[in-house]
Amino acid sequence: MALRIQAELPDRGVDVAFEIGDGETVALLGPNGAGKSTVVSLLAGLVQAENGRAELNGTILFSLSNGKGLSLPAYRRGTSLLAQEALLFPHLSAEENVAFGPRSTGTSRRAARAAARRWLAETDAAAFASKRPGELSGGQAQRVALARALAAEPDLLLLDEPMAALDVETVPVMRRLLKRVLAGRSALIVTHDVLDALTLADRVLVMQEGRIVESGPPAEVLRRPQNPFTASLAGLNLIRGGVSGGRLVTADGLQITVPDAGAAAQAAGALLAAFPPSAVAVRRPGAPGTADPGREVLSVTVTDLEPQGDRIRVRGAGLAADISPAAAAELSLGVGEQAEFLLDTSAVTSYAATAVPG
Amino acid sequence: MPPSSTVPLPRWVLAGAVAGALFLLLPLAAVTAEVNWAEFIPLVTSDASLAALSLSLRTAAASTLLCILLGVPLALVLARTRFPGKRLVRSLVLLPLVLPPVVGGIALLYTFGRQGLLGGTLDLLGIQVAFSTTAVILAQTFVALPFLVLTLEGALRTAGTRYEAVAATLGARPWTVLRRVTVPLVLPGLASGAVLSFARCLGEFGATLAFAGSLQGVTRTLPLEIYLQREADADAAVALSLVLVVVAVAVVGLSYRSAPGRSASTRSAAGRSAPAGAAG
Repeated sequence: MALRIQAELPDRGVDVAFEIGDGETVALLGPNGAGKSTVVSLLAGLVQAENGRAELNGTILFSLSNGKGLSLPAYRRGTSLLAQEALLFPHLSAEENVAFGPRSTGTSRRAARAAARRWLAETDAAAFASKRPGELSGGQAQRVALARALAAEPDLLLLDEPMAALDVETVPVMRRLLKRVLAGRSALIVTHDVLDALTLADRVLVMQEGRIVESGPPAEVLRRPQNPFTASLAGLNLIRGGVSGGRLVTADGLQITVPDAGAAAQAAGALLAAFPPSAVAVRRPGAPGTADPGREVLSVTVTDLEPQGDRIRVRGAGLAADISPAAAAELSLGVGEQAEFLLDTSAVTSYAATAVPG
Repeated sequence: MPPSSTVPLPRWVLAGAVAGALFLLLPLAAVTAEVNWAEFIPLVTSDASLAALSLSLRTAAASTLLCILLGVPLALVLARTRFPGKRLVRSLVLLPLVLPPVVGGIALLYTFGRQGLLGGTLDLLGIQVAFSTTAVILAQTFVALPFLVLTLEGALRTAGTRYEAVAATLGARPWTVLRRVTVPLVLPGLASGAVLSFARCLGEFGATLAFAGSLQGVTRTLPLEIYLQREADADAAVALSLVLVVVAVAVVGLSYRSAPGRSASTRSAAGRSAPAGAAG
C-alpha cells in the first residue's frame, strides 16, 4: 500500500479515509464543493487536518489529534502537485522550471538539467525547453508543469483537475499523455470528467459533502451508481426505494417493477434501480396506447426541457427521458405540464443499496 | 492603459484637475525661472555644495540599503503571516509617514542619543551616534522605511502564495522558496519601493536636523545646505533646489518605468510572464 490516509477537518466538513495501492491511479470524483481539493491540500501539506493520520511508503505524513501532533512540511512529503493552472514560475524558462524540483532537493545543476531535459521529452515538451512560460499556450504550459511535477520524483503524484482549464482541443492530447505517464505510478487525480476516470484511473472514489460515498473500479461504480451524483456522471436515472410486492416503491410514491427484486432486497434495506434516459419514452396523459407489460407508466410534471446532443431531454419527478426533436415537437410539452414517462423495464438494472463505505 | 470612459466627466472636474496640476507644477516652474544660469555651474560645484551633494547621495544609498535589510523581512511577515496584533504592528510601521519628521528626529535622539534609551549602552561600546553621519542614515531610514514596506507588502499580496505552494510541493525548503520564487516574483515591487525610499531619504530634512545637526561634510545633507543658503546666498539655494528637483524627476521617472513590472506580477498569476521587462 503506497498511501493510507484517514483525516478529519471539521472546519471544511471533510472526513475521509482511503488507500492508494503501489502504482495505482485513483480518481476522486464529486460535485463542486464536495471537498476534493481539500483532500489534495491535506496530502500535499498545504492544509492541516484536525484529526487523522496519513502514511506514504512508510513515512508518516501526519499524525494529528485535535490539531496537535506530527505534520511533515510540504517540502518533505514527496507529493508533487499539478493543479488546474500550470503555475509555471514566470521568471524561469521551461527547462529551469522543470529543474526546480531536483535543484531544490540538492541535485547538482548539471544532473538537474539532464533530468529536466528527460522529463520535458517524456511529456512531449522538449521543444519548449528554452521558452518562458509567457510564450507558451495553456496546453504547452500544462505539459511543462506535468514534467516539473514528475521531475521532483514524487512518491505520490497529486493532480487537481489538471485538464479543467485547457482548451477543448488540447484535452485529448493531455489525457493521452497522462495515460502514459500515470501507468504504474501512484497518483490521485481529482476530476469532474467521467472520461478521465474511465481512461486514467484504476479505481474511483466518489466524494460528496466531505465524505467518500462510493469506491470501486470505474466500470463497476458507473454501472451500479449508489447516489444521484454518480448516476448523473454515468448518464443514468437512479431511483431508490423499498420493495413491496415485487415492486420498487420510492418515498415519493413512484413505483416500478424490477427484475429479481426479492433477492436484491434481502441483501440490504433499500433497493436501487438504474436506467438510461434513452429507455424512457414520453406521451401526453391519456394518450391512446396499448397496455404493454414491458412498459411502466409513470405520471410526472415536466420540470425542464433541454437539448442533449441530438436529443431533447425531458425532466420530471427527478427522472430524465431523451426523446427525438421530432417527438418533442409533436408533444409540444411545456414546463409545468403533466406527462407520462414510459419506461422500458428490460433496460432497468436493480441492485441493493450498499452501506456507505468509510 | 485603462480605456477612456464613454461617459464624459463633468466640466468642473476637469477644471479642478487643471488647477491641481498647476498648483503642483507652478512652484517648480517658479524655482526654475529664478535660477541664475550664468553662475549655475560654480554655485552647484562649490565645496559646500559638493560636500552636501556627496553626503546626501552616500547617506541616501546607505539608508536605502538599510531599508531593504529591515523592510523586506517586515513586509514578508506582514504579508505572509498571521499573528495577534498584526493590524497594530502595521499601523506602527506606517507611523513615520504621518509623523512630523522633527518629532521622529527627537524620538531618535531620545533613543540613540547620549542621554537616550540605548545611549548608555552604546557609550560603553564606544559608539556615539547622535550628530554623526550614522545619525543621518538612521534618521533617513526611519522616515523612508514605511515606503519600502508598503510597496513590497502590496507586491507580495498581489503575487499571492500559489507559486510558493507549488515550489514547496516540489521539495523546496522555505529559504529556497524565498530566494528562488518569492523575491524574483516581487522584484519589480522591491525596486519601486527602494526607489521611493531613496527619494524620501534624499529629501529628508526635519529628522536629520533634530537628530544629526548640521555639520558640513558630516551631517549637512543637500536639503539642510539649501535651507542654510536660503538667506546667505539665495542664488546657491535656488541652484541646489533645481538639482534636487532634477533628481526627484529622475526618481519618479524610474519608478514609473518599473510600474508595469508591478502589474506583471498580477498577470503572471494567469500563467503569463512579464513582457514588461523589455518594455520597462
